[in-house]
Amino acid sequence: MKKMHIFLLVGVAVAIAVMISFTTDLTTYDTIASAKQKEGTYVHLIAKLDKAQPIEYNPLTNPNYCSFTVVDSLGSVTKVISNKPKPADLEMSERVVLKGRMKEDGFHCDDILLKCPSKYKDEQAKGLRHPGSKQEG
Amino acid sequence: MEFVGENLLPGQIGHFMIVLSLMSALFASVSFYMGFKAADASSRPTWMKLARIGFAVQSISVLVSFYILYHIINNHLFEYKYVWQHSSKALPMEYLLSCFWEGQEGSFLLWSFWHAVLGWFIIARSGKWEGPVMSVISFAQFALATMVLGVYFFGQKVGSSPFVLLRNEMDAPIFSTPNYLEFVTDGNGLNALLQNYWMVIHPPVLFLGFASTIVPFAYAVGGLLTKDHKGWTAPALPWASFSAAALGLGIMMGAAWAYESLTFGGYWAWDPVENASLVPWLILISGLHTNLIYKSSGYSLRATYLFYILTFLLILYSTFLTRSGVLGDTSVHSFTGSGMNVQLLLFIFAFLIPAGFMFARQYKQIPSIQKEENLYSREFWMFIGSLVFFFSSLVIIGKTSLPVFNKIFGTSIAPPQDVEYSHNQIQVWVAIIVGLLTAVTQYLKYKDTPKKTFYSKLLWPTAISLAIGLCISYFVGVAYDKKGPGFWLALHIAITAAVYAIVANAGYIWSGMKGKLKLAGASVAHIGFGMVLLGILISASNKVTLSYNTTGISPLQMKDASDVNNNPQENLTLIKGVATDMGKYMVTYTKDTLSPRDQKRYFEIDFQHKQTKENFKLYPDVIENNKGGEGLTPNPDAKHYWNKDIFIYLTFLSDPTAKQKDTTQFAKKMVVIGDTSFYSNGMWTVNQIEVNPPDEKFAAYKGDTLLAADISVIAKDGRIYKARPAFRLKNNTLDIITDTVMSQSLVFTINKPGDMEKREVEIGLKESNAILDFVTLKAYEFPAINVLWLGIVVTVIGFIMSMFQRRKAAKRYNE
Repeated sequence: MKKMHIFLLVGVAVAIAVMISFTTDLTTYDTIASAKQKEGTYVHLIAKLDKAQPIEYNPLTNPNYCSFTVVDSLGSVTKVISNKPKPADLEMSERVVLKGRMKEDGFHCDDILLKCPSKYKDEQAKGLRHPGSKQEG
Repeated sequence: MEFVGENLLPGQIGHFMIVLSLMSALFASVSFYMGFKAADASSRPTWMKLARIGFAVQSISVLVSFYILYHIINNHLFEYKYVWQHSSKALPMEYLLSCFWEGQEGSFLLWSFWHAVLGWFIIARSGKWEGPVMSVISFAQFALATMVLGVYFFGQKVGSSPFVLLRNEMDAPIFSTPNYLEFVTDGNGLNALLQNYWMVIHPPVLFLGFASTIVPFAYAVGGLLTKDHKGWTAPALPWASFSAAALGLGIMMGAAWAYESLTFGGYWAWDPVENASLVPWLILISGLHTNLIYKSSGYSLRATYLFYILTFLLILYSTFLTRSGVLGDTSVHSFTGSGMNVQLLLFIFAFLIPAGFMFARQYKQIPSIQKEENLYSREFWMFIGSLVFFFSSLVIIGKTSLPVFNKIFGTSIAPPQDVEYSHNQIQVWVAIIVGLLTAVTQYLKYKDTPKKTFYSKLLWPTAISLAIGLCISYFVGVAYDKKGPGFWLALHIAITAAVYAIVANAGYIWSGMKGKLKLAGASVAHIGFGMVLLGILISASNKVTLSYNTTGISPLQMKDASDVNNNPQENLTLIKGVATDMGKYMVTYTKDTLSPRDQKRYFEIDFQHKQTKENFKLYPDVIENNKGGEGLTPNPDAKHYWNKDIFIYLTFLSDPTAKQKDTTQFAKKMVVIGDTSFYSNGMWTVNQIEVNPPDEKFAAYKGDTLLAADISVIAKDGRIYKARPAFRLKNNTLDIITDTVMSQSLVFTINKPGDMEKREVEIGLKESNAILDFVTLKAYEFPAINVLWLGIVVTVIGFIMSMFQRRKAAKRYNE
């Protein structure tokens, strides 16, 4: 067996080992209910902002504390606690992906990804309204 | 219906040009193929002539459609959807170019434009390889033309044209009136994040990089088509160097853009979009090295084929990843799908299947040397280095393809908690190995190296690098120890390995080539690469957060803050005019101004170093009313030193309209000096009234009659604040000077003295949240970031040098 083949095999073995160890680091996309079942596990939570509930963020008292409520597609509700400033577009988001762990007092989240409504809907609502037509919503 | 005011001619020409480019590309591709494959050899020159005419028509039609798209953007013809969607009248001239490539259609045109330009260089210079290479490139031009075609075939939409009309694409009642254009007065504008000078230059360079990867690929395919497995390797080399330079530069310009206008606090986030373009570059570098090995030793021709073919296929794959919308939730870039997924997949397979098939079939015929490489030969270790790059890129693209995996298997697996670390912990080892190999391999000769000279020549560079590396480890150190001692140690080793790559290659120019810089392209590129590694390692491992919340006005509300995130309290709120303690600095938010030119609001943040008293100002900004959203888009600003950057960006702002909306009235109250009154969060007392107090605060009013109240505020939490409202009398006019206790949202005025006998005074008090102008921001210190930027420049220079060097060699070879 040639030296090069040994290196090649080592390379393949390392690459496979790396990918296997990667699979152990992977997380899951969860609903609120399933996240509650694995309390303490790091998950990606897909939900949307409950606009009826207040967003608690007061940068003067603490710029590193933001709390709000989300509801998911199955109707479950949870409080979200984040130690980042409130994302600027949070109120307008139609969907949020929250990274963090479910705890007793709510979902402790360290990253918030917003999905804002697609440009087109917005454009139709704002830019392209016929001057005479009625305003929607 | 007849519509008024539309300018339809440019669009019609544009459409025609796209169709023409599609047809002529196909014609050129077939003709170039016949030009070297036609059974009747005497007809080949005629085919070549036809092919060139076809490619000329193709180039012209691409150029014209390119120009027309620019023309309609520049003239704000909002009847075209592309113009309306991606631009607006307020944009400065240079950003109109960014509008051009903001959309998919424009960037496909840009890509095609570069193919046309590169094609003519090949026609002019490649001699007998013109036929096969240009046949491949013309076919790629055909494929790209289908992307911007926008025509329905059997109910299936093929491509998306940049010249479609707004009224045909949108369903809105406004289009039922003939004079609708009068109401479409402005476009949607350019995404605020793209309003940065890097976005004017980064896409063209990146797409030049994308486009140029087809040349080594086309040479390799040409080798397979003609079964001349040897001849193509020499002329492909300078092209591979060029492509490595363009693609590398394009990627890193994107990193520079991210550093200057995105707010994740860095230049690289292992985002899928970044990875997707990095991976082809890594494999291209592997191919470039195996190509060199083949030229000098006859080894690794098969690997060269494989790497060049994979490079281009991975460019196509990255196109699929970034444009199909499949990345969805995993990328901050969040592209939305364009409904062209099938077509984008076909784009990959149209090249993958023929190239893969030919490669597999001819694999056995591709010459290879059975004899084993010598352990003391350059080719052996160069090949190991190429393999390491290759495996590293496989791992990166494997991790990045998670969303594709989910799509195929219907799973819902999410990325790991710390995506960046997931890559870093692997790639730091790649950096170590590659750093070492880059240093050592230069000192090896092809075939065999006398051991003695090898070790003696390597002695000094090794000693010097070790010394420098240890100095950096000791004096600069690695602050990043969050991930345990293993990773911490790896960072130290990697720093020394990077230094080794720089020192050894610099030494090689001197000792190996006797200072002949002309031949030193490779060494220069290696020095640059070492600097890139060093800059990345030092800046990433010593990035320091300056803005830890130390204001004291923030009693921790969270029970276990450390639990929510491992890096809590990174944001600091600055109240306008109040100097706040931030690490080494006292920082003050002094003012903000709206720039009429680019619609950005600039915030002046004043820094004063506590010890050195050094003073500077930074101007982070926000773009108000960004496209498609009412939120604010912040842009960072940085103070550049030779050895570090101070980098800040805003994370939250007070609502600028809140003040006008604030209707809270001052409550008047007659109080007796010394008595205590209450407010919602505590109590306050007027201690005394002073006439013309010697306070610094009132120094500006010297000479006037001034009456100031000395008020103590005691909050519920026991903190005590001072307030000194005043009024002054000047030329018989009364001026009220309010004073604010920011953290308690209190505003005091002193209205008038009451019955002096009873020691009374009338105080006005307002409690309101809206009184405050503040910003919340994050600040970092990035050391050694300039080493990274400089390293990129050096690397690119090295690639260009070696490109010219290899071109000369290829010419000699052809003659």
